[in-house]
Amino acid sequence: MTDTIKSLSTHDKVLAGLGKRRRSERNFRVFGLMATAVGIIFLAVFFTTLVANGSSAFMQTFVVLEFEFSEDALAPSGQLDLEYADFDGLVRNAIRREFPEVTSRRDRRELSKIVSVGAAYHLRDLLRKDHSLLGSHIQLAVPTSSNVDMLMKDNISRTVDAAQRTLSDKQIAWVDELVASGKIHSKFNTALFTNGDSREPELAGIRGALVGSIYMLIVTIAISFPIGAAAAIYLEEFAPKNRWADLIEVNINNLAAVPSIVFGLLALAVFINWMGLPRSAPLVGGLALSLLTLPVIIIASRAAIKSVPPSIRDAALALGASRMQVVFHHVIPLALPGMLTGAIIGMSRALGESAPLLMIGMVAFIVDVPGSFTDPSTALPVQVYLWADSPERAFAERTSAAIIVLLVFLLLMNLSAVIMRKRIERKW
Amino acid sequence: MTTATARKFNIILLLMSALIGILATNGANAQSSRDYIYVVGSSTVYPFSTVVAERFGRSSKFRTPKVESTGSGGGLKLFCDGVGIGHPDIANASRAIKSSEVAGCAKSGVTEIVEVKIGYDGIVLANSVNAPTMSVSRRDIFLALAKQVPSGAEGELIDNPYTSWNEVNSDLPAVKIEILGPPPTSGTRDAFVELAMEGGCKTFSWIKSLKDHDKNRYKIICHTVREDGAFVEAGENDNLIVQKLVANPSAFGIFGFSFLDQNAEKVRGALVDGHSPTFDAIANGSYPVSRPLYFYVKKAHVGVIPGLREFLREFTSERAWGEEGYLSDRGLIPMPTEERMEIAASVRDLEPLTMASH
Repeated sequence: MTDTIKSLSTHDKVLAGLGKRRRSERNFRVFGLMATAVGIIFLAVFFTTLVANGSSAFMQTFVVLEFEFSEDALAPSGQLDLEYADFDGLVRNAIRREFPEVTSRRDRRELSKIVSVGAAYHLRDLLRKDHSLLGSHIQLAVPTSSNVDMLMKDNISRTVDAAQRTLSDKQIAWVDELVASGKIHSKFNTALFTNGDSREPELAGIRGALVGSIYMLIVTIAISFPIGAAAAIYLEEFAPKNRWADLIEVNINNLAAVPSIVFGLLALAVFINWMGLPRSAPLVGGLALSLLTLPVIIIASRAAIKSVPPSIRDAALALGASRMQVVFHHVIPLALPGMLTGAIIGMSRALGESAPLLMIGMVAFIVDVPGSFTDPSTALPVQVYLWADSPERAFAERTSAAIIVLLVFLLLMNLSAVIMRKRIERKW
Repeated sequence: MTTATARKFNIILLLMSALIGILATNGANAQSSRDYIYVVGSSTVYPFSTVVAERFGRSSKFRTPKVESTGSGGGLKLFCDGVGIGHPDIANASRAIKSSEVAGCAKSGVTEIVEVKIGYDGIVLANSVNAPTMSVSRRDIFLALAKQVPSGAEGELIDNPYTSWNEVNSDLPAVKIEILGPPPTSGTRDAFVELAMEGGCKTFSWIKSLKDHDKNRYKIICHTVREDGAFVEAGENDNLIVQKLVANPSAFGIFGFSFLDQNAEKVRGALVDGHSPTFDAIANGSYPVSRPLYFYVKKAHVGVIPGLREFLREFTSERAWGEEGYLSDRGLIPMPTEERMEIAASVRDLEPLTMASH
């Protein structure tokens, strides 16, 4: 054995080992490629199911009916009282006019369930805006009930036994008749973006949750960025390097890994129970989320400050700048892209959080779109959670639609981080 | 260039600290009044409470109530924390309030509570429509789900040995026992354990006699669900359970009637003690696994929070909780007409709860 090894020259040794080295490199590449492929497949499956389930929610079935703002129905005593006027009756009359042959009470009840209860609210809003409509006829496209919408989207099977679906045979026949006469058509579902939450799927929208999320992010960035940036600057540029600094650093790193629900509990105890801030408010949600993003921002900002070459500081100091002038005139402008990127990544994390919001009462049914930082509100991930848990069939597609909106929002935020960095970044 | 950026940075910092200041003052002022009703509590009552809240908000001049889903226990705890605009006006519960909770309420000044029973909710044991319909007794359910079951000898328990339904009862098919249900934090789980499992457990006379002299042991025997994989905790999301049942026709799921109602072409409820979980069978009480649903109102808040009295009237109106009301469309099983009238009258007069009635 020893003889053969000795007799080999270096070149031979390399040649002998070459096959093995190439093989292991090839194996590693294949493994890496497989790992990437698995990741991409998961992502593709996730996105295709999401889009397949959710894309139909962006369309909504409408039915065109002729409504009569009859004075008899709305103002029987001659005095119009918008609050107690029977707008449901107007809608019932409108759909009955399409099917005069339906007379039995039970059938009429079933018939009126083709149209969304939202139609009555819509009529009231129209009349509230323009009182002169009283007594006139108006042709209007109003949303159908979510069951009809589901039928049109083939989410309710026509072939199963009538007892097993939420629409009766008669209702399906009426809908088919309306389709044949061109009165039913589908349009872009603007309600999804303009309405707050609702228990009627066809009226439910994400505007309330979206606005709530935006309010929360404003609070979060307003609190966590200045504090995080100031802490990072102090720790990097001014703090003495000793055991205390190490201890603080370890704690900040640990804080970044604390489960988010803990911050929710903390927010409940401090901001709501002790400071008496209102429950379910974006203000408190934003405060809880800023606790969560603070360590992320500090860590990212410190890394950005650290990456500024020391020669810049030395040059500035040599020209007589004070420590603070060095930091504010030279270090921060160069570190700012990195700090802002860290802030936006922290914001993206905050946007997707729902666990801390559970604790502070933001998992709630709130119809009104919040108008201030202290109005009750939900957030996008919470809305997803609430809709996923709703029994009505049509909420399934709306859940996916809400997830799509959340992802688009996240994508835009990350994109802005990339663009901002590209624009103000300085290459060495 | 650098000084300009630095100045910009300073301006940003200044603006942000100003914003914090505005937020702080904003927050401090917020608690002085509240113009909307604040409801907390059970996730089972949530779908009904929210429908009433929405209709109320849209049709009246008051704002839409805020309904938080916290679970019955969590909701009553918040409710009992005190009187004042920071505390909820109404707590939803899928069970009656406990005397300990009433005592806790009284300690923080919540003395007058109005109890409103709103109707019934059935809990179903359902499987895929592609599998045959099952007909089980509550005794079968207990034997299939309990951690320990009686052996042949009196007073003796063994770890649950049953793996398929025909071992529990030879009339049942030879299908593996696999039941998906909610976790212990859920009110649906509590009610199912109490009504179905305990109901079956009581059919063993020696266990029933335990109730009088060893209540703890009785509860442990009747209420403990097996942990060997035959019962799967599928989370609070009932839609997920329905999806899993469709994918796995041999499995059963435990959830509320409203989910069965909405998914009737996918899943089918098993007959319990010979009764199918239909709207009528739950309403007339023949289907055994059903429970009343409640909400509790803080009397001290009536007249303080705008719209609270009107909200109560809406909830107890025939168009809401009546036989053909909009709540029955959502799966709430209405009470008999007489009982509805009685409760509506006592709610109108705001008759507070007395512990004697419990």
